[in-house]
Amino acid sequence: MARREFLTGNEAMAEAAIAAGLKVFIGYPITPASDLFEYLAEKLPEHGGIVFQGEDEIASINALVGAVYAGAKAMTATSGPGFSLMAESLGLAAMVEAPIVIVYNMRTGPSTGIATGTGQGDVMQSRWASHGHYMDVVYAPWSVQEAYNLVIKAFDTAWRLRVPTIVLGDTILAHTRELVVAYEPGEVKVADRKPPREPPGQFKPFKPDPDDLVPPMAFYGEGYAVLVESLAHDERGYYTTNPKVYEALVRRLEEKVMKNKHLVAQSDSRMAEDAETLIVAFGTLARSALALVKDLRKQGKKVGLWRPVSIWPLDEEGLVKAAEKASRVIVAEMNLGQLYREVARILAPLGKKVELVPVLSPELPGPDELLDYFEKAGVRI
Amino acid sequence: MTIQVPKTALSHRVEDLLRTERLPHVWCPGCGIGIVLQAFLRAVKDLEAKGVINRNQLVFVTGIGCTGRASGYVRLDGAHTPHGRPIAYAYGVKLGNPKLVPVVFSGDGDLAGIGGNHLLHAARRNFDLLVIMVNNLNYALTGGQLAPTTPRGVYSTTTPKGNPERPLDAARLVAALGANYVARWSIHYPVHIEESIKKALPRRGFRFIEVLSICPEIFGRHIGFRTPAELYERLRKISKVRKPKSLEDIKYDWDEEITLGVFVDKDEPGYMESLCERYNYSWCDELPEKRWARK
Repeated sequence: MARREFLTGNEAMAEAAIAAGLKVFIGYPITPASDLFEYLAEKLPEHGGIVFQGEDEIASINALVGAVYAGAKAMTATSGPGFSLMAESLGLAAMVEAPIVIVYNMRTGPSTGIATGTGQGDVMQSRWASHGHYMDVVYAPWSVQEAYNLVIKAFDTAWRLRVPTIVLGDTILAHTRELVVAYEPGEVKVADRKPPREPPGQFKPFKPDPDDLVPPMAFYGEGYAVLVESLAHDERGYYTTNPKVYEALVRRLEEKVMKNKHLVAQSDSRMAEDAETLIVAFGTLARSALALVKDLRKQGKKVGLWRPVSIWPLDEEGLVKAAEKASRVIVAEMNLGQLYREVARILAPLGKKVELVPVLSPELPGPDELLDYFEKAGVRI
Repeated sequence: MTIQVPKTALSHRVEDLLRTERLPHVWCPGCGIGIVLQAFLRAVKDLEAKGVINRNQLVFVTGIGCTGRASGYVRLDGAHTPHGRPIAYAYGVKLGNPKLVPVVFSGDGDLAGIGGNHLLHAARRNFDLLVIMVNNLNYALTGGQLAPTTPRGVYSTTTPKGNPERPLDAARLVAALGANYVARWSIHYPVHIEESIKKALPRRGFRFIEVLSICPEIFGRHIGFRTPAELYERLRKISKVRKPKSLEDIKYDWDEEITLGVFVDKDEPGYMESLCERYNYSWCDELPEKRWARK
């Protein structure tokens, strides 16, 4: 039965993972993700799951890949410095198509930064942290309820597409307490692996289905002698330097997500239909931005908000549609312009003026303070 | 053109555990890795014949390097993971499905160098895992650079005036951290390696078997050994099988003695049973390690 609970973002994401069938959580403590870990340490064993503290983030993400190949729904939670350490094996997960889920709560950087402050400086890091060209999926919730929903969706995406999937929160989201509609395990539907259709001996662990480009997955212990190969590999999982096989592999890793983009890309438009000015913001900053939009509407200004819910891939069509009538687009984000570049690229063919309002602060600004950042950037509405 | 060779002429007793379609392998003539791998595969066959293990429950995990390539040739569930990470990956396999038996098979650079942190914590936790470390005394696949196990004084491609560092005695380190089983052999003792693996594989807790190997092409030739046989002889001369009196009595000294033998042989509960003491998991009665411990 659905129930109502008063939870922090971290608690809600932990509850969502349990509802989605989490069996193994492996992590390393870091602010602001530790209390998600601590919450699961209490709760997950009651649902038959294991919580394991790795010796570092590197151990955690590698163990996560091992755990999903052993058949478990598995997750970790971290923040910027920890995610940097995970970068190498995020590429492993992408290369071997391991359905891992990472809760990534951004804080203030670079380096140790302001460990307890919030930030949005990791837009690019969440997408391009590892070497080589690969694909992952990144969702960015703005509320505790949405964080709950997107963790469930992250498990669904990860297992449906066999792609590492990230829920990109921040310090504010992690610790904000709000009312959440939560579910029990079994009440929410999450994709499972596609089991092998061929018998052992004929099954190829990286042979994709032509319709969705996702290979069926055999777990360890089922007799398939699955080789999980981090090197460039053919459909059997065998290392190859053949340029054609390499190109087909790397292209497919991207195309399997882009072909199924309709299952992933998601955005939220508010008062955009008649907006002359469109503000673009994501995550918790979008809450301040929406409050500002409402204030400006009261003053008779035609302002709207567009908020990406999935950041990678972005709902580019949704952005174009929301920006159609606007003469100018303003991107507000807590860095010096990361999402901004994507928005400018997408809207370039439309000839829209795209402006940036950087909000460099370890604290989330309220709507009035956000307006001050607009003025500081020389952006007047 | 494909040359057809009569199957019987080349069949080998461990052939069914190999991805023979991938042969020939990448290892150089004279390399010792094949001796260790064959000892492992023979041990698996033997344990399977005795009904102790089932090959479908084994997961063969390797890291990067010459030894790391072994997973590509072994017909078992397995993984070829990033440099230094096979132990971490193997943790996950065990936590994801406690009925599986992960085995890590990798080199000294991978396990004791970049992967050193995972090695020491696996031993400290007495995590249910068998690690076979093939020690060829250098970073071979990348061209003969310094390894943490490289003897003091000898040349490597990154220490052109000779290695100024004291080498790491991985077996002694793991023994000091309380692992359940620690042994060190050299490739001169293939039967001992096999017997050690047979003893360690169906055992709970952390098991570590180091095998000193020869790398004639990259290590040996660079430091003046003209043939694999010369390097083989050199290693044989300093390897001494004996029972050490204490941890301090285990030697890892290229000029005097490298102690071989079984250094630790005990049967304390491993990590998974320790978890079961605290939580009532459904799989606790089905842990293979627990069944083996009762036998």
